[in-house]
Amino acid sequence: MVSTTTVPKATVATAISVRDLSLGVQGGDLILKDVDFDLTPGRILALVGESGSGKTTAALACMNHLRTGLELRGGSVQLHEGASRFFNQNMDLLTLSEKQVRKLRGGTIAYVPQDPALSLNGALRVGEQIHEVLCIHEFGRNGREREARVAEVLEEVGLPSTKKYQRRYPHQLSGGQQQRIGIAMAFACRPAVIILDEPTTGLDVATQDLVLKTVYQLTTKHDVAGLYITHDLAVVAQVANDVAVMLRGEIVERGPAEKVLYDPDHDYTKTLLAAVPDLQGERAMGGGPAVSPSAKVRAPWDNSHDDDVPVANSGQVADSARGANDGRDNARGVGQHDAAQSAHGASSGATAVAAEPARSDEASRGGERAASSTGDTAQVHDRAASPTETKPANEPLVAVRDLRLAYGPAVILDGINLDLVEGQTTMLLGESGSGKTTLSRSIAGLNAAYTGEVLLEGNVLANGTRKRSNEDRRRIQYIFQSPFSSLNPRRSIGDSLEVPLEMSGGMSRKQRRAAVADALDAVRLGRSYINRRPGELSGGERQRAAVARALVNAPSVLVCDEITSALDVSVQASVIELLRDLQRERGLAMLFVTHNIALARHVSHKLAVLEKGRLVDYGPTDHVLRNPQHGYTKSLLKHVPTL
Amino acid sequence: MSAQNHQPVTPETPVTQPAASFEPAESRGDARPVSFFRRFLSQPEAKFGLVLTGLVLLVAIAGPFVVPAWTGYGPTSYAGKPFQYDIFGTDNLGRDVLSRFLEGGWRLLLYSALATVLGVGLGTVLGMLAAFRGGWMDSAIMRTGDVLLAIPQLVFAMLAITVLGPQGWVLVVVIGITHAPRVARVIRSATSGVVAEDYVLASQMYAVPQWKILGRDVVPNIMGPLMVEMGLRMTYSIGAVASLSFLGLGMQPPTADWGLMINENRIALSLQPWGVILPVIAIAILTVGTNLIADAVSGASAGRTTGSARKDK
Repeated sequence: MVSTTTVPKATVATAISVRDLSLGVQGGDLILKDVDFDLTPGRILALVGESGSGKTTAALACMNHLRTGLELRGGSVQLHEGASRFFNQNMDLLTLSEKQVRKLRGGTIAYVPQDPALSLNGALRVGEQIHEVLCIHEFGRNGREREARVAEVLEEVGLPSTKKYQRRYPHQLSGGQQQRIGIAMAFACRPAVIILDEPTTGLDVATQDLVLKTVYQLTTKHDVAGLYITHDLAVVAQVANDVAVMLRGEIVERGPAEKVLYDPDHDYTKTLLAAVPDLQGERAMGGGPAVSPSAKVRAPWDNSHDDDVPVANSGQVADSARGANDGRDNARGVGQHDAAQSAHGASSGATAVAAEPARSDEASRGGERAASSTGDTAQVHDRAASPTETKPANEPLVAVRDLRLAYGPAVILDGINLDLVEGQTTMLLGESGSGKTTLSRSIAGLNAAYTGEVLLEGNVLANGTRKRSNEDRRRIQYIFQSPFSSLNPRRSIGDSLEVPLEMSGGMSRKQRRAAVADALDAVRLGRSYINRRPGELSGGERQRAAVARALVNAPSVLVCDEITSALDVSVQASVIELLRDLQRERGLAMLFVTHNIALARHVSHKLAVLEKGRLVDYGPTDHVLRNPQHGYTKSLLKHVPTL
Repeated sequence: MSAQNHQPVTPETPVTQPAASFEPAESRGDARPVSFFRRFLSQPEAKFGLVLTGLVLLVAIAGPFVVPAWTGYGPTSYAGKPFQYDIFGTDNLGRDVLSRFLEGGWRLLLYSALATVLGVGLGTVLGMLAAFRGGWMDSAIMRTGDVLLAIPQLVFAMLAITVLGPQGWVLVVVIGITHAPRVARVIRSATSGVVAEDYVLASQMYAVPQWKILGRDVVPNIMGPLMVEMGLRMTYSIGAVASLSFLGLGMQPPTADWGLMINENRIALSLQPWGVILPVIAIAILTVGTNLIADAVSGASAGRTTGSARKDK
């Protein structure tokens, strides 16, 4: 995407140029190898890479900050003439003393850290925090000028500039507002360079969209050179002009965003891009086609769809930071677009697909589906819509009926009805605090405080796992969100994985070890991992081990609670590939809990959107994505970043 | 601590690698931490502490076996006039100081070790239960502990010994009980951190018996604070047993005992100091040694590898 905003050129062509930068662990391995990049005023360079690729280290080196234990091996960071108020000649930042460089930090080179909740001082009012930056860098001639600047910069980041607002403390602001205060602090002294270290991680998509817009507008408007660190390529597409891809401390590919993202040269960039989920499900993420791709790319098993079908992600990006979206058909209205898709679906030959839009329209007209008769209709149609399904199930394997949970006056879950069908995945979508983890834990029996019923093949399950029978426990398995917390670091993988078998009984230790080894093979880890400890495994490997623990005694239902949210995109793709394969092999019913709507088409047959403890949208994935009933779903779809 | 079975770790993929294979999930061969015991030993405090403690242990344990043979006198036999100034001289009743010194250490060590084990064991179990079960049990255990903490340790011990008589088991039980609430507090906070981890929840989910969860998931993960508490309480126990003996509430005459010796011979400190100095030096070296070990254990459990790794940037 090309920036169309025209800005007066700054006095310098380049603000900072990094050349041959090499850093290493003291007396150890190299972390960065000959990293080169230029930061240009008015443009944002995105530094992309997986965790551990050295992107934050490289960015911090631009401020001559090395984290403890690192040493400089060579290279230079040139701050160009005219970029700073304090130094008016070319200089190498890496040769400056700590005292000199401190003058530059915050004033000339600003930094926005990842977590605003941790980086703001909770004891200072937000106005004072911004004012403090100005004071330290002697911005403005007197107090009044500084106060005016505080108000101005608050307006610039889209926050109210009133005295009342400035008197608030950070804890009185939402996460998105906190991050914008962080950005305001960074922009307060009109810096030449701004470094943003994953500033939108942990924000929901609507807020992320707003923050990205703010960053983009400010950098272009004020001719600031931006360095944006992220692992999310969809975000890069929203905000960056240039992209540099890092792999193990080296930049493997660089260039304008539209070139790198849409026509990459390096294989690693291609791998990364292939791992990014897209809302349309048109690309095969994680080594397999999407489960419910949009109608125009429907039926990956028939290759009838042409490549020249216009890429149609209209509504979602229309409001993106760029505002305008070249080469995309965003001129089309949403309704029109839907009609086109339906028509395409009808012509694709599969009768079930053709019948789908009308029928599910009926089914979910009321928004929530409480009556089981309508639920059945939906399932019948679901089966018809997925010809890969071999074993038809007449009734859902797991049914949740009118599940409620409240802690005193706080209602966490309010009348949830949900079905999990054999061989199918239901995605439970919601932001943090919507009750999705509580719901999934109630189904798994980890949360006994609910009222209502959870039925397994028509039999009501007891509320807590300890009250459930061995057989019930065996059949429903739960996978935890964080692989770093769900395996005991003091026990070997084999010992941890044996626990479910040990508790369900009836096997000798030798048999159990054999079953664990088989499960490790099934999750593509290999049986050699049986004696390792979690500390030796990477995040993705740990999550695979956790999946293996859930598989070890052949369950029928898997409840996956945000299992990819702690992982890099490429690892996420491989875990999702694994889940899809396992589902195909074993006919598992899955509940996939996530906050990432972009994954919907890749994993799920059905989509349930949870907001404040209520299911606000529920139905076949394709249908919900095309006809979202609730405002929340619509806003998610509108703000989700796409490539 | 974690027994390290050394199996081959998959070799790290070379940094310069031909494109096309970018397996993201590589094993990190260096992620296995240095074993706890090595981290412990790598600290200077540990070495020094072990030497000091070992020295006193040697005297206390080997002493009773060599007493009549090497020194020529038994611990209670008459060796000359009181407060004679010979090599180490005689004590207030004319017994050989060296013989009594060699004989009198093991009781102190045994009683303080038993008291430590009892106190730390009791405190650990109570602290873990309080954190693990929560609710009324947490309140009951911790508030009872608070009440006990309000009574000074020595006063409580003196009261119990006055009532029950100065016997060895009373000494051990009383000191153990006064340690328990202090240990319980530390262990409770360590446990509540572990209990919040998902692997404990996972064990709950598989309906693993509660005692097994405590034994397999909790205890190994609170080993660090537990070892630190052990070392610290050992130091305090030695001090407590020696003080009670000094006050006449521990070992009774004519038993040879370091604490008692200090009390018996302090009246002639200027005349014949050896009767006081020998046991004082031994107790001092022992407490310093165990304290250093406790320090090193806490450092090692916090992941410190060498004593010098604390330098700033």
